[in-house]
Amino acid sequence: MIEHDVIIVGAGLAGQSAALAAIAGGAKDVAILSKVHPVRSHSGAAQGGIAASLGNADEDSVEMHDYDTVKGGDFLSDQDASLILTESAPETVYALEHMGVVFSRTDDGKIAQRPFGGHSSPRACFAADRTGHAILHGLFEQIVKHDVKIYSEWYMLSLIVHDNRCHGIVVMNIDTGEIEAIKAKTVMFGTGGYGRIFLTTTNAFASTGDGAIISYRAGIPLEDTEFMQFHPTGLYRHGILASEGARGEGAYLINGKGERFMERYAAGMMELAPRDIVSRAEQTEIDEGRGGEEDGDAVYLDLRHLGKDKIMERLPQIWQLSRDFQGIDMIHEPIPIQPTAHYSMGGVPTNVDGEVVYDEAENVLAGYYAAGECACVSTHGANRLGTNSLLEACVYGDRSGRSIAKYLSGGYEDKPASPQVFSDAVAQAKERAERVRAMDGPETLGDIRNDLKEAMTHKCGVYRSEEPLAELVGELRDFRGRYERAHISDRTRRFNTEFLEAVELDHMIELAEVMAAGALERQESRGGHSRRDFPTRDDEKFLKHTLAHRTEDGTPDLTYKPVKIIRHEPVERKY
Amino acid sequence: MPEPITIRVKRFNPETDAESYWQDYTFEPPSEDSTLLDCINHIKWFIDGTLTYRMSCRSAICGSCAMRVNGGGQLVCNSQYRDHLDKENTITVEPAGNMPVIKDLVTDATGFWEKIRAVDPYVKTDAAREAEGEHFMSPEDFSMIDDASTCIMCGACYSECTSYEIDKNFLGPAALAKAQRIVHDTRDETQEQRLTQLSEYGGMWDCAHCFACVQACPKPVNPLYRIVDLRNEAHKQGHHDNNGSRHARGFVDIVEESGWLDEAKLPLKSVGSLKEFVTDLLPMGVRMGLKNKFRPNPMHLLPGRHHPPVPKMNEVTKIIEKTRAAAEPKDKE
Repeated sequence: MIEHDVIIVGAGLAGQSAALAAIAGGAKDVAILSKVHPVRSHSGAAQGGIAASLGNADEDSVEMHDYDTVKGGDFLSDQDASLILTESAPETVYALEHMGVVFSRTDDGKIAQRPFGGHSSPRACFAADRTGHAILHGLFEQIVKHDVKIYSEWYMLSLIVHDNRCHGIVVMNIDTGEIEAIKAKTVMFGTGGYGRIFLTTTNAFASTGDGAIISYRAGIPLEDTEFMQFHPTGLYRHGILASEGARGEGAYLINGKGERFMERYAAGMMELAPRDIVSRAEQTEIDEGRGGEEDGDAVYLDLRHLGKDKIMERLPQIWQLSRDFQGIDMIHEPIPIQPTAHYSMGGVPTNVDGEVVYDEAENVLAGYYAAGECACVSTHGANRLGTNSLLEACVYGDRSGRSIAKYLSGGYEDKPASPQVFSDAVAQAKERAERVRAMDGPETLGDIRNDLKEAMTHKCGVYRSEEPLAELVGELRDFRGRYERAHISDRTRRFNTEFLEAVELDHMIELAEVMAAGALERQESRGGHSRRDFPTRDDEKFLKHTLAHRTEDGTPDLTYKPVKIIRHEPVERKY
Repeated sequence: MPEPITIRVKRFNPETDAESYWQDYTFEPPSEDSTLLDCINHIKWFIDGTLTYRMSCRSAICGSCAMRVNGGGQLVCNSQYRDHLDKENTITVEPAGNMPVIKDLVTDATGFWEKIRAVDPYVKTDAAREAEGEHFMSPEDFSMIDDASTCIMCGACYSECTSYEIDKNFLGPAALAKAQRIVHDTRDETQEQRLTQLSEYGGMWDCAHCFACVQACPKPVNPLYRIVDLRNEAHKQGHHDNNGSRHARGFVDIVEESGWLDEAKLPLKSVGSLKEFVTDLLPMGVRMGLKNKFRPNPMHLLPGRHHPPVPKMNEVTKIIEKTRAAAEPKDKE
């Protein structure tokens, strides 16, 4: 059996930050495992920036950043977490710069900063429009420098929890198809989000929420999954991200009639209102017949007035993406865009030290940590501000790594599980794998997946309401049945990507069930969860976090826990 | 609905196949503006689930889906299938070159990552400089590392690199581009040492200027240009004592003499020692002589011109002078 002191699952910004922090804190035996090579992680697709109140472009402060974050989160943010996030931001960005991350610069050589939605000062530090890529590769350089053990293209199948303690994971080496356990004193998840359960998404094909569901199936609840962020500018029909940095640089949003419609929804911040507000505005324009393109399902991002030089210096990647995928030169033409599933505010509940907590009283499950999009700490509350995700992945990844180092060096009580626990876990995973490999029903995985995305998009999308959500909850039970009747044609072991897609679909269906249940119960509109039948925020009833617990029959049971309100009392959110 | 197309895939499953074979899939693409990846996904999801390849972001940033399309290395996610159709409405897809195949279009990139690791791909900064705040870097200095830092490590350049193909000791395009980014990063304090190492066998001088990497690269990295940046920097800092540098400077010297490139003379200019001449060059010259590939001319060992100059030699001299002046650092003019 493979053994490590620390096994980190997922190698994006959160996972790599955790690995480096654990090593810096003295951990000796750290390994990273990911279903894709570390630099293929979806953090690399983040474009616009990472927030920090450096004040390089205009006056700024931690207090302003903190308030913007909480207000952006529609007051569902836990304020201990948001303050740590924003206080740690400057040192985090400087640490990245010191390790070699490439940043765009001001004329006097400082890190350049630009405006971003919901932020009251220009605090997005960026590397042109490939900030996630720059940080991901910068962190990987350090992983190489420290010669961290990497299990590249290994897939996690389950988490081993026994006796209220985490003992390791069960994994498949994708290349060989062999299944085994990795015994670890600590396990950290930085496994990313689950935007793939929607039809149009900015997320990579890998963003199927494996970590979140594996955690849920191991008995840990999922927090606030109903809060899904729809990004206002996904390329129409493709869903590929066109950075909010474009609007940060001054781009307009226009509808099919050429009107700058944000005037009607957020006259103050206009295009730079938070994403939930802008996406709802776009959806309303589309629903009320003022959209564009053949089916009227698009609005437009207009960059023409920025000019060629600015576009090519600050936004070269999205210029290229729009040209390659849409055949449009944004220097001369507005590009069609649409609200696109982008970020999961919810996830595995943790405290501010990155430790996973498993109940309403926030008791810690020893040896288990999580950070980044798969986790819910919750700094983002009901809606994340742009550029806060890279920050959160780095800050809380780092804090998880520090906690791990502290745990390992702090005379923790080492209570290893018996060999039986590991062999049982492996046997269970093998049995599941054999079942999947033998699937021989009439349904195709492709059809089930498409139908699932379709159902989620239409019934649990930008706008939601009682009847479609109730229908959806019923339908999702049928999806489970359909999945049991699916067919798989590759029954070999080595590099079986069809097998992986089948397992991922299993995870996606369950995530959809959890999200739909949370959305149905939350009878209010807050941040990324917007109910047509309950159009206002209801602090009296719903200023609380949802916790979905898995029951015996696999359906979610919902409980709630309070929001940590410390400095900022909820007020009406206006921009 | 779009017209049916055929995608011809080179397939291999290590568990069931002794060797690779071609398989044709003929189908209607999902839509007129589908990308090539959309089409390959359509095959996997609705025609043949056994087809195996890597992909993830589908927006040319993760670098997973590099493979050969109609014989050239590239990503499959960032272009439409229509751009690749031949006269028979067919597109040929095979695994990336210069790497062992694991299964179908999936290759083993271990060799590629070893090359990246070999250049110490991280900024080495003296801890004392890690003062408060950021290191200052001018926009001009940033522009020197801007292109190389867009690399997504997809490996398309290694698939097509003609030097890497014949000599696996060559660091290769992406690793050299990464090296260029670090050498020109003002935060790194080991340029001298890096340039020395990169001037050795297998480094910056082993690129053959075939431009295949520039054609394959899906990003603005243009590895060959980054290799040229490295060579210029090496020359600027006086890294002349190596075969590559001698070769490059000898090339110009020979042309300056007569307007001709006397190729027999070039190797003599490139070797660094009598020992190398005796152990390396001489035996090769003899072998080539025996096969009539080369007629030895003892005059070559003497300095000076061995060819009558080309007509209008003065024009050649002017070009060389102008180029030399342009290559001089601005502040010395």
